[in-house]
Amino acid sequence: MSKSSFIDALIASVVMLILTSWLLGLQLDNQPDGLRIILNDAAHTTWVIVGVILVFFTQLFKAPISRVFSGIKSKGQDSGFKLPAPEEKPTLYRFLTIAALAGLLIWPFVASRGAVDLATLTLIYVMLGLGLNVVVGLAGLLDLGYVGFYAVGAYTYGILNTYFGVGFWTALPIAGCLAALFGFLLGFPVLRLRGDYLAIVTLGFGEIIRIMLNNMTDLTGGPNGISQIDKPTLFGLEFNRRPSSDEATLFHDFFGIDYSSTYKVIFVYLAAVLLVVLTVFVINRLLRMPIGRAWEALREDEIACRSLGLNPTIIKLSAFTIGAAFAGFAGSFFAARQGFISPESFTFIESAIILAIVVLGGMGSQIGVILAAIIMTILPEMAREFNEYRMLMFGLMMVFMMIWRPQGLLPMTRPKMEMRNG
Amino acid sequence: MSEQFYYFLQQILNGVTIGSTYALIAIGYTMVYGIIGMINFAHGEVYMIGSYAAFFVLAGLAMLGIDSLVLLLIAAFALSIMITSAYGWSIERVAYRPLRGGNRLIPLISAIGMSIFLQNFVRLAQGSRDIAMPSLITGGWTIGPADAFNVTLSYMQVVIFVVTFISMTVLTAFISKSKMGRACRACAEDIGMANLLGINTNKVISITFVIGAALAAVAGVLLSMYYGVINPYLGFMAGLKAFTAAVLGGIGSIPGAVLGGLILGITEAITAGYFSSEYKDVVSFGLLCFVLLFMPTGILGKPEVEKV
Repeated sequence: MSKSSFIDALIASVVMLILTSWLLGLQLDNQPDGLRIILNDAAHTTWVIVGVILVFFTQLFKAPISRVFSGIKSKGQDSGFKLPAPEEKPTLYRFLTIAALAGLLIWPFVASRGAVDLATLTLIYVMLGLGLNVVVGLAGLLDLGYVGFYAVGAYTYGILNTYFGVGFWTALPIAGCLAALFGFLLGFPVLRLRGDYLAIVTLGFGEIIRIMLNNMTDLTGGPNGISQIDKPTLFGLEFNRRPSSDEATLFHDFFGIDYSSTYKVIFVYLAAVLLVVLTVFVINRLLRMPIGRAWEALREDEIACRSLGLNPTIIKLSAFTIGAAFAGFAGSFFAARQGFISPESFTFIESAIILAIVVLGGMGSQIGVILAAIIMTILPEMAREFNEYRMLMFGLMMVFMMIWRPQGLLPMTRPKMEMRNG
Repeated sequence: MSEQFYYFLQQILNGVTIGSTYALIAIGYTMVYGIIGMINFAHGEVYMIGSYAAFFVLAGLAMLGIDSLVLLLIAAFALSIMITSAYGWSIERVAYRPLRGGNRLIPLISAIGMSIFLQNFVRLAQGSRDIAMPSLITGGWTIGPADAFNVTLSYMQVVIFVVTFISMTVLTAFISKSKMGRACRACAEDIGMANLLGINTNKVISITFVIGAALAAVAGVLLSMYYGVINPYLGFMAGLKAFTAAVLGGIGSIPGAVLGGLILGITEAITAGYFSSEYKDVVSFGLLCFVLLFMPTGILGKPEVEKV
């Protein structure tokens, strides 16, 4: 601790005071006689003082703290935990898959109804995370409008069901194809752009979709959305208490058991498990195909890819379209689970959450993404009393994650050969 | 002159008003991108904080009984520029500096996190409701026939034009004449070389963030007085629009940002005036896609040569 670090700490705390004191300590208030400034409650003022003191001491002891952290960081980069590639440890992966599947199938029969419902939501995010992982993690294209394709899928099922009475299982492939078509149409012009431009154009696209849904009131119901969307059925067997039409058969009548609303929750959950397993399977197969290898090669070095005769536009377009298709599946599933959709569910923040799942898990690592989706949906449920601070913490987490562990929680290694230097 | 012409003229005037404030925010994006090649996604939130600072100053001075308009304006500009500069500087220090020199996606994701953090920080501190203030500068000139549609040019619009013009002139003089401005241009050309030649690049980058934040504060003061309503969410859309303007004009180029802002503002005003105001955002993003299709580097952008 020297004199200069004391001055630095003093400057940092003064800056902190400038940044926070007026926003936290005072509050604007619309009163009848015009705009007035009132004092904020004591809790907010305490936060200012705590923040300033915290900044002062971290700056003062910056050198020792950074020494400790650099120790952690260098360890993390050299020998930190990385998932082995499936090719290296096939038995481990086979065992893990079987264990996970068994767990998923047993879960609805041991857990409470609320827990099963939460698991369904988690599985939707797993599906979205895996889909975006193809675009961002594998192909390295930053898509900030992923929620647009999710919305396309949800509204496809919603509209088909409301206007034409189409069932969930028929609408599912249609929703996926339509979302893929949207991805294709958007990707065609914009994928020739560089990464940052792509990010902003896709962000604009997501906003366009949301604004359109909000304003095409005749078709989408505008801000009120679409309600009373049918739940999935088991080969035509409905899970309602009473049949929706005369020819419909009910699940509990068919099997001669008493009606219980739990069956519906469990069935929706099992349908989600089926979809997620299918997603994981398809993406794993794609990854071993030439196209999957090309995605990763393109992410690593576009110029090298071009010089080897790969067409970057087609490869990017395939990643973009496939990613969009998975968002479409997830969207129509979301509509079926919720029974109600409105443009409110498809804002930018949703895109950011899905992106955070991919980033937190480790870009390109499927197991990482699945774990991150679980963490990101379970944690807010656990800490309900901090719900108000959820987005604040979420933003901070994204920043600190990028500073300390940009490779994600469970980064994946690929089998590789490297030239040894010297 | 026909009524249609007056109506058209009115849309153009409204478009230029909004467009010039977009341009002010867009300069922040374009300068940062020009020097370190990253999208400062949190810039829109800095603009929002500038608006809050302006409302605080105006409300505070009104409570003290000061009603001299010039004094109010000067105080609002000075204080909110000071506060947002502190924000711009700290954001760069905390969220971007530790990430420099890595993958391009990493600072962008950090910036998105910063943006979400700032928006929610203001929401928690100030509440998510709209805060309104009666407009300080009222009145204006009317041009055209008194019995039919006539063009209104409010004094507030004039203030926006004048302040924007002054800010642009000061910025141009700074960039082209001062020593620091020369260092900025050198860094935009080749940051590694500039570093070798003894330019303190860290300082230049900090200055760039401060200038961007200061211009965003100017836009924040002007627009919050023009609309008279602020809330914690206005930074997101404004930031997105300004970024669109910067890309439209060619990111990295300051005249491009101004041109892009004006084009975007006029397009929006015409869409709102002739079709429907709900779809004006759709049209402006559509325009962005369309321009990028034919000019992938924007209107005034330099084509970038990729090197191995």
